Amino acid sequence: MNRLKITSVGVCLLVVFGFFSCRPNHRGTEIVVAGSTSVQPFADKWAELFMEKRPGIVVNVQGGGSSAGIQAVKTGAAHIGMSSRELKEDEKDLYEIEVAKDGLAIIVHPSNPLDNLTIDQVRSIFSGEITSWKTLNGRDKEITVVVREEGSGTRGAFQEMVMGKTRIAKRAIVEDSNGTVREIVSRDPNAIGFISLGLVNEKVKAIALNGVFPTEGAILKKEYRLVRPFLFLTKEEPKGLAKEFIDFVLSEEIQTLVHNEGLIPIRKGSGETND
Amino acid sequence: MTKLDKNDRLIRISLLVVAFSAVSVLAVITIFIFEQGTPIMFKYGLKSFLFGQDWYPSEKSFGLLPMIVGSLMVTFGALIIGVPLGLASAIFLTEFSHRRLTRFLKPVIELLAGIPSVVYGFIGLMFLVPFIRENFGGPGLSVLAASIILGIMILPTVISIAIDSIRAVPDSYREGSIALGATKWQTVRMVVLPAARSGIVAGIILGMGRAIGETMAVIMVAGNAADIPGSILQPVRTLTSNIALEMGYASGEHREALFATGVILFIIIMILNTIANLTSARQKKR
Repeated sequence: MNRLKITSVGVCLLVVFGFFSCRPNHRGTEIVVAGSTSVQPFADKWAELFMEKRPGIVVNVQGGGSSAGIQAVKTGAAHIGMSSRELKEDEKDLYEIEVAKDGLAIIVHPSNPLDNLTIDQVRSIFSGEITSWKTLNGRDKEITVVVREEGSGTRGAFQEMVMGKTRIAKRAIVEDSNGTVREIVSRDPNAIGFISLGLVNEKVKAIALNGVFPTEGAILKKEYRLVRPFLFLTKEEPKGLAKEFIDFVLSEEIQTLVHNEGLIPIRKGSGETND
Repeated sequence: MTKLDKNDRLIRISLLVVAFSAVSVLAVITIFIFEQGTPIMFKYGLKSFLFGQDWYPSEKSFGLLPMIVGSLMVTFGALIIGVPLGLASAIFLTEFSHRRLTRFLKPVIELLAGIPSVVYGFIGLMFLVPFIRENFGGPGLSVLAASIILGIMILPTVISIAIDSIRAVPDSYREGSIALGATKWQTVRMVVLPAARSGIVAGIILGMGRAIGETMAVIMVAGNAADIPGSILQPVRTLTSNIALEMGYASGEHREALFATGVILFIIIMILNTIANLTSARQKKR
């Protein structure tokens, strides 16, 4: 019977410890950053570097999507919200800091003779109105349209900036990451897709929109239209740890990292005066 | 009560608790899926879920028909490819092959079951998809690609169960048939296979369950378009892919709709399992 007693005491201890360890006990030394899943992988890295510099401080980065992030800041569930889209009118009461820009590239197979499309043509291709490259003076082949899945931030940005109210065709191939979209476009001579500009490599060709190629210069000059901001949001002017973290992200060190990872950095100093 | 009795009871009770915890996991999963998935089905109407053809969750349009049809098409395709191959292998390995060859081949075939599905998907994406695109047309990511990959994936299940049920046929049946002047092949076709039939069918249904539940490999080669495919060269999305593709970012009603997808998948798999149980029960009776 003794053994049973020991076991039950053990179980009780486990339960009690489990309960306590679930409670957040680093109030004041923790910042919660939540929102866009497009920003999240970058923010994770920034948080890691920040925590290395400031031991004892915990930066907790969570996903959930831009809208969830905006909600979380409003309700106070997160100190900093992340958004990969512009704020809507009724969300403008938040304090916004642009931390980077991300271009959206329309990609085709390198062997595709076309270099340039208008936004209207892109819309017609993705809505399924144009189904053959021949209509666009290309090869006499059916177009393979590749898109991201519903709910993805990249798809959301594409829908908003290119499609507007037009639906993406049902028969479009759906893949669940930028990487697989690129992989499929790089293997199918008739494919077209969209990915984050930073992820374009030599295996695919990014085409020009209305005659403008997606380059960093064209994006900074606002000539290339498919650009979305990566925003950090706070309820009021950032202070304390949140401000420290935001300043860190805007520092030259992190902005260089941003550049190396294929995003468009915010020019030095412009971040703070952005609002 | 002696000490031994007490120990016995203790062990019995703890085993009972463990056994029930396994069952309770199933119960929890069932309750959870239905609790999360059914409210939205009734909110928008069962009919619009089961027969709606438009899957645009961001516009509150949750038609699951393309995925239901997709799952059934791909599973049926997998059976067309996997069953003849599997059955032929099983017949060869039990009735025609040299004993030593069987001893080598059977474990190799069973090894197929141990390959992770993502590897099947990757190989499909690298070799099968371009092959289909270049030789048959279309984007390559298609019903056909998914069916072939799944057909191979269900082989181990179909083969091992078929082998077991063919071996279970008593030798006196074979001897009797041959004594009547039948050839080896006639014996297999007219005596052995009919006698092993219900076991073989149960194996096929288990394989079918595996095909309908497979997710990763299918996502990689099927193209995942939420549209009813017009031909086997067009992309297709299955119920499982629908959940796995979109769960990452889904929130609110979109998330509930994915649970509703799970409910429908659950019901389809329950029906399949019931059929499998009924067939094997019938086999025992005979």
